[in-house]
Amino acid sequence: MRDPLSRQIKEIKPSGIRKFFDIVSEMEDAISLGVGEPDFDTPWHIRDEGIYSLEKGRTFYTSNAGLKELKMEICNYLKRSQGLDYDFNKQVIVTVGGSEAIDIGLRAMLDPGDEVLIPQPSYVSYEPCAILAGGVPVIIDLKNENEFRLTAKELEDAITEKTKVLILPFPNNPTGAIMEKKDLEAIAEVIIRHDLFVISDEIYGELTYKGEHVSIATLPGMIERTILINGFSKAYAMTGWRLGYACGPKNIIEQMLKIHQFAIMCAPTTSQYAAVEALKNGDEDVKQMREAYNQRRRYLMHAFKEMGLPCFEPYGAFYVFPCIKEFGMTSDEFASRFLEEEKVAVVPGTAFGDSGEGFLRISYAYSLEDLKVSIGRLGDFVAKLRKEQAGR
Amino acid sequence: MREKILSIIEKNSRIDIKELAIRLDVPEIDIANELKSLEEEGVICGYHTMIDWEKTSIEKVSALIEVRVTPQRGQGFDTIAERIYKYPEVTSVYLISGGYDLLISLEGKSLKEVSAFVSDKLSTLESVLSTATHFILKKYKDHGTILTKKYTDERMKVTP
Repeated sequence: MRDPLSRQIKEIKPSGIRKFFDIVSEMEDAISLGVGEPDFDTPWHIRDEGIYSLEKGRTFYTSNAGLKELKMEICNYLKRSQGLDYDFNKQVIVTVGGSEAIDIGLRAMLDPGDEVLIPQPSYVSYEPCAILAGGVPVIIDLKNENEFRLTAKELEDAITEKTKVLILPFPNNPTGAIMEKKDLEAIAEVIIRHDLFVISDEIYGELTYKGEHVSIATLPGMIERTILINGFSKAYAMTGWRLGYACGPKNIIEQMLKIHQFAIMCAPTTSQYAAVEALKNGDEDVKQMREAYNQRRRYLMHAFKEMGLPCFEPYGAFYVFPCIKEFGMTSDEFASRFLEEEKVAVVPGTAFGDSGEGFLRISYAYSLEDLKVSIGRLGDFVAKLRKEQAGR
Repeated sequence: MREKILSIIEKNSRIDIKELAIRLDVPEIDIANELKSLEEEGVICGYHTMIDWEKTSIEKVSALIEVRVTPQRGQGFDTIAERIYKYPEVTSVYLISGGYDLLISLEGKSLKEVSAFVSDKLSTLESVLSTATHFILKKYKDHGTILTKKYTDERMKVTP
């Protein structure tokens, strides 16, 4: 029989997180700091709207780009939070999670050989999506000393004649890094000068702890070259509803819609009705969750300081990214031993790119009670490793 | 800061000052001072423990009692409310709007004891017009805490 598989797909590596996931799921008693989704349930009034829509028999397709009411609420939200003006009719598309938006955005913009700049450490799907869209991923290794922000110099150095798109993943998973307005201004100048386009993944945009999130689309000359991606998973604790959106220039959204229409048809109808409620009446929920995350974040930073584990202060998402280089182990070795000996799962930084080597992603999407237990074990483990090192 | 402290200790009164200081990013001394003034001002009136007596071997019965009363000239409901809350078995007294005036919650060792309180003490008060007693059969949620179900984390243990 012929090989049924495409050469391209065989070349794509499976997610580095997968291996860890398999080990952890076998261990009944393991506790985890490894999840990438909120610990909160979707606020009840939002779930209630989903249920109500089902009761009323709203079980049909919506229009391809999404419910009109939802698109309008998305525009209202972007207006009130960022001051951005989008035409709900032509510049918004409701997608199956932010993930779909990344995929179709790249597919709509790339020709074979076009280079896509991907700052890493970052979410696992940018690179494979770029390859599947025919593009060539070019990795920019972000640095601890810059608090894992993207600098204009790093961007400039990575640009070639073939560069077309920059993926901008801030607030960042896995580092928790943010880009403040001044950081964005510095790179916007480079982006415009080289006539690049930006896919700005702002899925963690509601979760920042140092001023409010600023979208790069708000800077002069940027809205016409930016696809802004956001969604409901992180801000409203709605991961399982699979709902996100993309906003951008009409001509790009129009082509994204073509792919979406043929591949997906439309985002889940129930989720769209629930999302309308989230945008209309969910601000208070977001505020409360953000405050809870922030308290946990401070708690963790304090705990790291006490155990002498170096970690830059992250101001976004719900991750911290401590450095474990002092122990002379790879991230993978550290995480494996920690899991084996202390029964706590963390994700090695390398799951998010080579530049994550020497770091761990620790999620604080857990109650403080749970965090106290697992961080206590991290403290014990670190002390044990230091003793081993001293004895050598 | 005040609102944040209150919302934390309302859920967990055993939290120590050090942890509050870390979580709110405020010096410990400021937290201590704020707690002290909250106590002095009577904003914080006590530190209680939520107990699900159902799970112990101790027999307890609780009831909610609706009470209709005649308000008194010049004092409204205050005198009669005071009269009622002095009984140690009364755990709370609320003046409420609607079809009756006071809502009382009561704890006793047995149905008999609660009934005896209502018939002997409460109903015989001069300004009490009528009472309706509701025995609590099961507590699902109390003070914002769900008692009937334990939280289980249903998320996958590792996700990107």
